[in-house]
Amino acid sequence: MQRTFALYKKEVRAYFATPLFYVVATVFLSLCGLFFYQDLNFFTQFGYGVDILNNFFQLLFVDMATKGMTFTIPLLTMRLFAEERKLGTIELLFTYPLTDREILAGKFLAAATVFLLMLAATLLYPLYLYSIQPYTFRVVGAGYAGLILLGMVFIAVGLFVSSLTDSQVVAGVGSLFLVGLLWAVSWNEAAGSDQVMRIVNAFSTFDHFWNFSKGIIDSTDVLYFLCVAIFFAYLTLRSLESRRWRGRR
Amino acid sequence: MKLGLTGHPGTKYDLPRMIEVQNLRKQFGSTVAVNDVSFQVQQGEVIGLLGPNGSGKTTIMRILTGFFPPTSGTAKVGGLNVETDSLQVRQLIGYLPESVVLYPEIPVTRYLQFCGEVKGLRGPRLKSRIEAVIAAVGLGDVRKREIGKLSRGYRQRVGLAQALIAEPALLILDEPTVGLDPNQVIDIRNLIRDLRGQSTILLSTHILHEASVVCDRVIIIHRGDIIAEDSAEALNRRVEGVFQTLVRAEGPSAEIAAALRGIPGVEQVVEDPQPNDASARFKVVSKTGEDIRKQIARTIIDRGWSLAEVSPITLTLEDLFVRLVKQARADEATAN
Repeated sequence: MQRTFALYKKEVRAYFATPLFYVVATVFLSLCGLFFYQDLNFFTQFGYGVDILNNFFQLLFVDMATKGMTFTIPLLTMRLFAEERKLGTIELLFTYPLTDREILAGKFLAAATVFLLMLAATLLYPLYLYSIQPYTFRVVGAGYAGLILLGMVFIAVGLFVSSLTDSQVVAGVGSLFLVGLLWAVSWNEAAGSDQVMRIVNAFSTFDHFWNFSKGIIDSTDVLYFLCVAIFFAYLTLRSLESRRWRGRR
Repeated sequence: MKLGLTGHPGTKYDLPRMIEVQNLRKQFGSTVAVNDVSFQVQQGEVIGLLGPNGSGKTTIMRILTGFFPPTSGTAKVGGLNVETDSLQVRQLIGYLPESVVLYPEIPVTRYLQFCGEVKGLRGPRLKSRIEAVIAAVGLGDVRKREIGKLSRGYRQRVGLAQALIAEPALLILDEPTVGLDPNQVIDIRNLIRDLRGQSTILLSTHILHEASVVCDRVIIIHRGDIIAEDSAEALNRRVEGVFQTLVRAEGPSAEIAAALRGIPGVEQVVEDPQPNDASARFKVVSKTGEDIRKQIARTIIDRGWSLAEVSPITLTLEDLFVRLVKQARADEATAN
């Protein structure tokens, strides 16, 4: 545990030592600020006759997830394994008394930490809104729980893609693609037959996030996100293990 | 710097036999990197793995460090199997990979702190170990600098420092002097000598001289097999046993060759023409230990030819291999 923590500390420090994190955080916070302003504007101007606050939060959370997180989390995770591969530092890491699981855990937690930091900064917007118009926190709480779970899935996907390549760019684009695919599978619901769509919807992150954005925490959705994250963590471990027979780092 | 023995608490180590490798084989697809290698290393020995690039040295080291397992055969470090007790074995080992690459954006002391923590060091003990290795490898001037901004020689020292941080019982150094300038090479060799007696050292090199200078015993590897295993002294004898001299002269080559053969102590004269050299060139093989350069010079000048060069030919690793392989074949023939 302490060894994992040592790696975790190193990874978190590495985030703050390079400009990438600051750029990503700036982009993420700017986007979220823009969504907040635009979405709130939209409902206050055109939202006659609808539940303004609930509809606003639903739109805001979907925007933050689809546009905000999809484009920024792959940028946070892309370097985690790819850079170590490129530099060759992964060879030493694999010979330290750390199991592959501990290495993965250290890196996952580091990425999760910086993501949660970014996400925590966006709490300013709903808090500001509360100062103007008080509301019940349930919707916001569920929305943020969904964003956190979704973030964990995105990080797990990003780590997996990063473990496959020694190019950060490939890792970034690859995880963006995979994360986007998980979102987009159910966009065109009319395209498939009923049975197909039922299966596709079951695998779509978008469909499982939908409930959270409405303020509902359903254990099925929680389980779904945890399973997907664990599935990709499992794939990552298999990918790290490939050095046993590939012989390359 | 004193290197005690820590290792993993609660684990029984068989340290006198530090490394025990039995019929080790490693294949990547159809490529055989290590064919069938067996050797032992006692505690406190300094062992050199000598061989040309691509002979399987790094693969053997990576198996010992737990980077990947062997295809077949067993490797034990301190009596522990590197496959099944990988974590405990890694705890015993300090490893310097060939192209030592470290996180460029991290300052030296912080990096060493990370390495120490990952290897289980804490608190005041970690601090004292960091100070000890910084002093031992001479990193005091650059301790706060980022690793990426250091010169090649300093980075190699940081690599050595991270290998030493947890007082390893076994130090594995893969080509520790490659890519360094002559002064840095001497520094690193001196460091390795200082570590003698405190830690068992396995180092690889493709430089014959280095192996004979630094190591107690040398294991010579060629295409994934051990072709010879000898003490450094015996290796030196083997190397010095061949005395070759290069002779360049102006004159009739047949006559010069005949004259050279007439010199007492000369065993063989081989003509060695080079396309861009008009003079007659010969490789003269002489008896062990006799310097016949003066006689050669006199012989040629006395006959009225002009002498362009007389110089000793140092035996290269390749020459040694040729000799060893020939020797092995001859031994086989006599055995049959």
